[in-house]
Amino acid sequence: MDPTIDPAFLRGLTQRRLSRRDLIRYAGVGAGALSLSSILAACGVKSSGAAGSQSTAGFDWASQTLHHQLNFANWPYYIDVSHGTHPTLDTFTQKTGIQVNYKPVINDNQAFYAKLKPSLEQGKPTGWDIVVITNGAQLSELIDNGWLIPLDLSKLPNFTAYASPAIKDPTYDPGNKYTVVWQSGLTGIAYSPKATAALGHEPTSLNDLFDPSVAGHVGMMSDNTELGSIGLLKLGIEPSTSTPDNWTQAAAVLQKQKDDGIPRGYFDQGYINQLENGNTWITQAWSGDVFIAQQSGYPELKFIVPDEGVMFWHDNMMIPVGAENPLDALTYMNYAYDPHVAALMANYIWYITPVAAAKPIVASLPGGKAVASSPLVFPDQAMLDKTHQYYVYKGTSDLDQWNNTFDPIITG
Amino acid sequence: MEQHLRSDHHGLKQKKARGRKRLAPYGLTAPGVLWLAIFFLIPMGAMLVLSLETRIPTVGFKNSGYQFTWHIGEYGAAWGQAHTQFVRSLWYGAVVTIVTLLAGYPAAYWIAFKGGHHKTTYLFLMLLPFFVSFVIRSLAWQFILSDDGIVIANLERWHLLPQGFHILSTSIAVIAGIAYNSLPFMVLPLYVSLEKIDRNVVEAARDLYATPRQVFRKVILPLSIPGIFAGFLLTFIPAVGDYVNNDILGGPNTTMIGNVIQRAFLNDQNYPLASSLSFILMVGLLIGILIYARVLGTRQIEEYI
Repeated sequence: MDPTIDPAFLRGLTQRRLSRRDLIRYAGVGAGALSLSSILAACGVKSSGAAGSQSTAGFDWASQTLHHQLNFANWPYYIDVSHGTHPTLDTFTQKTGIQVNYKPVINDNQAFYAKLKPSLEQGKPTGWDIVVITNGAQLSELIDNGWLIPLDLSKLPNFTAYASPAIKDPTYDPGNKYTVVWQSGLTGIAYSPKATAALGHEPTSLNDLFDPSVAGHVGMMSDNTELGSIGLLKLGIEPSTSTPDNWTQAAAVLQKQKDDGIPRGYFDQGYINQLENGNTWITQAWSGDVFIAQQSGYPELKFIVPDEGVMFWHDNMMIPVGAENPLDALTYMNYAYDPHVAALMANYIWYITPVAAAKPIVASLPGGKAVASSPLVFPDQAMLDKTHQYYVYKGTSDLDQWNNTFDPIITG
Repeated sequence: MEQHLRSDHHGLKQKKARGRKRLAPYGLTAPGVLWLAIFFLIPMGAMLVLSLETRIPTVGFKNSGYQFTWHIGEYGAAWGQAHTQFVRSLWYGAVVTIVTLLAGYPAAYWIAFKGGHHKTTYLFLMLLPFFVSFVIRSLAWQFILSDDGIVIANLERWHLLPQGFHILSTSIAVIAGIAYNSLPFMVLPLYVSLEKIDRNVVEAARDLYATPRQVFRKVILPLSIPGIFAGFLLTFIPAVGDYVNNDILGGPNTTMIGNVIQRAFLNDQNYPLASSLSFILMVGLLIGILIYARVLGTRQIEEYI
């Protein structure tokens, strides 16, 4: 093989990897069926009281034993794959004797949560020992209702030793009481050379998303947490400590952007196609998607962390109450933080791995050099310094207020 | 005695048969009625209940949910929040109906009157693209009409379009998308009504020295009105409630009421808002259609839907 060709680039040429977000782009179209379960869930919520919310404060880890069985719900394309199997899971089974029933069934936080909720309310097992949920309203709801088993960190030595400081002790789960990060990502700016040409300079700031010279070609996100957070960052307000007054200010800025005809649209996961097809020149973007796009035919696309900062999101592993194999789940969580395991997964997933120590190992893997040197998979300190955490919704009234502030911009 | 008994028996049999005959219509409609009751009335009732619920007051997210409180205020809030999208959806639906009628009528007319032996072939060809899911077809349009796509990029290169021109994310794109997807629902009822017209009537009009224009205006068009009405129902109502075309082809200022409802239901899980929006839409459409039916007459319409 020609040594000058980057193997990662070659792989990109030969196999277009689907990102998990690609797959679920139009999940909303089929969501009519899902909405029924949501409605039923809503009907069923008649203040079930303490019946469903078992107290988890004193979960008895000492009396737990291994059942050699693990039911793991994750998002599609979110673990290493080789010849139809998941090598890291196979190794796990060899090492521990725990059979893993791995199912990529989560396409949407809300819809998946709506499926879990009825079981949790009735105090029944959900059928899962590990689920992966993004930090946000659903996760807060799980924690507040006592629907997650508190983790015994003493049984997670790899987490203690190897977890990147950036993902430890998060704002949404202080002290990692209930969750540990599976993978993380950044929400920053992606752009194509057309944006540079129109702006007359390389984009560096959130202001470039509001610049009239790219009017009609700016992609904003239809996820109102992402949209609102970028509005806050533009005003120099820290999202995690923002107040409803700040939200109103941010909404006004975003509304003005819309009134000036600058956004091309408010996009879901399809934003990356909008950028690839030239509809948008500059857009709010998730780091992993841009890296995958670069590797699969769009090397001209770039991802930047704007001067004002970048949002840092986390998909988290957790054990729902009623899980039948909690100790097996905890064993797996510890395994996932082994740097070698994390490296194998990082080399496939291309989002931010929670184990920074995996970097040199990734570099030694076939095709891993580009992955290891990418700040989008292994962010350096300069990048981490610019990351901001999302606002953690304190409750339903809080969440309703956020929705009512930012939704009118998106659906106006 | 035996004779008497037999005739009695016969009478009973007749009575039984008559009873069965009386019950027959109910038996035949039962599946339909049950279907409507289970899949239409019950969900509608559930939705009505949802629309009158409010948040259970809680701290944090613990035991969060909704409770039934006869809260009618949600309807006012829903209208206040989304009246722009309501009006826009009705407007889009009206334009879509007119566009499909103008595009579909000549096609249906041609197939019905000039199709000859190949009528079914032409109808089949018309329906052929619709064997592919409409989401996929709309996505294909998104791809074809994208700014760097084969159409726009080339037209710009040949200076037939100004630089930076785009069709996606505009009202035109959304209306065209819905019209494209609803065309067969307009053409098929139109075809049926045109096909049914007694050719002797047309012949008679010509014999009485009607010009072709008069034949069309005074004979064919009035006789095809039931088809137009059915086509209108099948096109207008789904068009007003559509949200996929806007999702795929629309932009910041083309949001339809369907998108608002979808967002309230799935993203925000604001069930009272979503339910009351749905109810306003449904009742509004129902009243509009009843008026429309009164104007055009309902008797023949039943034959076409």
